[in-house]
Amino acid sequence: MAKTKNAPKPIEELNYEEALAELEGIVEALENEQNPLEEAMKLYERGQALVGQCGALLDAAQLKVRKLAGELLVEFEEESE
Amino acid sequence: MQPSLFSETLTVSQLTFRIRKLLEDNPELQDVWVTGEISNLSRPASGHIYFTLKDKNASLRCVMWKTDVLRTRPTLQEGAAVEVHGRIAVYEPQGQYQLIANLIQAKGEGALFQEFLRLKAMLEAEGLFDPERKREIPAFPQTIGIVTSETGAALRDMLDTIRRRQPLARVILAPSPVQGVDAPPALVNALASLNEHNPDVILLARGGGSIEDLWAFNDERVVRVVAASRAPVISGVGHETDFTLCDFAADLRAPTPTAAAELATQTTLDDLHTQLEYYSSRLTDLTSSLLIDHRALISTLASRLGYVSPERRIQSEYQRLDELSRRAVSALIHGVQLRSARADGISRRLGALNPEGILSRGYAIITRKSDGKVVGKVSDASDDMNVRVSDGEFEVNRKS
Repeated sequence: MAKTKNAPKPIEELNYEEALAELEGIVEALENEQNPLEEAMKLYERGQALVGQCGALLDAAQLKVRKLAGELLVEFEEESE
Repeated sequence: MQPSLFSETLTVSQLTFRIRKLLEDNPELQDVWVTGEISNLSRPASGHIYFTLKDKNASLRCVMWKTDVLRTRPTLQEGAAVEVHGRIAVYEPQGQYQLIANLIQAKGEGALFQEFLRLKAMLEAEGLFDPERKREIPAFPQTIGIVTSETGAALRDMLDTIRRRQPLARVILAPSPVQGVDAPPALVNALASLNEHNPDVILLARGGGSIEDLWAFNDERVVRVVAASRAPVISGVGHETDFTLCDFAADLRAPTPTAAAELATQTTLDDLHTQLEYYSSRLTDLTSSLLIDHRALISTLASRLGYVSPERRIQSEYQRLDELSRRAVSALIHGVQLRSARADGISRRLGALNPEGILSRGYAIITRKSDGKVVGKVSDASDDMNVRVSDGEFEVNRKS
């Protein structure tokens, strides 16, 4: 929970793993801790936003393939069939 | 040398049987590898295979029974250099010895296999294949490294599989030739540079091929770099039946490249959707139950507040006040009655003192007409006087 308390990153900058991890943390906090109602409602709101972000990322998911060219990573063009 | 008089004369059958015993009892001839070229290949309808194995100076008749043919499915052709495993037997009707073959492989395979076994034993002894070295494959890797040929079908299969199951993943391809003399050093390089990018898992793969085609994956250098890889490695080389030393060194062996890609994407997009729905409803449930708890708490507090409300005290004060006021009123009334009774007594006594009362008993009040002075003594009397009796006045005149 320390993560969410220290100046949380704007939701839209989180990648899926970060957003999901924070969401898990919030659910756990709501499960285990006696939060003041106001804080609980804040957690809920942030949780809802995280659910939205995760859903959006899942819907938009597109496999990114890059390849190693020496030290560099370059976009990999797949042959279309 | 003279023939011995006592030497036994054998029948052909007896001699042939002895020769057969001699050959077939010799263990070295019962488990033998022989190499040569195939000639006189014959595949009759029986399903057995007959051929002659030749080199420059000798030839050997060979037969492979149908069951072994079916089991090993050798691809045989006239002139092919092969290695044959089998046992020497004697075919008595023709007085011929022959090789009953149970295994046929292309020449060179045997040596490769020996090398494979030698390397495997050595690396195994070093502990490279120990089960406790195997690392867990992350269920939801963010970055998946792939080492394979840039042009092979294996790459397409793996990318299709990952895209279908887990398009959130990022793939880094480290292309490398996967067969030929260049393959081992290139594979070593690809694995090493891929590790620089810290993938969560590496797929080391190539499609099916002959044992020679897959040989780079038995190369000691490649096997060692697989074992030393920082990221866990899933190998998917060849088909289900192919085992390479990389398979033993990898953290997980997949039967094919596609299977390797599946094992690297244990958490699928569907799983993530399900998980997200769970968290979403959990979040709502927890919050609404929290609100319900708070409402219940508030209503409890409200009723407790009711009990301790000043309203009640105010009411009881009112009651006391009413009580006091009632007492005050009755005290007042009592006091008034008391006083009123006394007033009656006084009034009666006053009445007794009223001069009118005296007049009614026959007395009269005489006043001088001139100045109204009451005539109490003879000396007060004048000529004209007023006499007041109980029901009125009259004038009198004194006669001197």
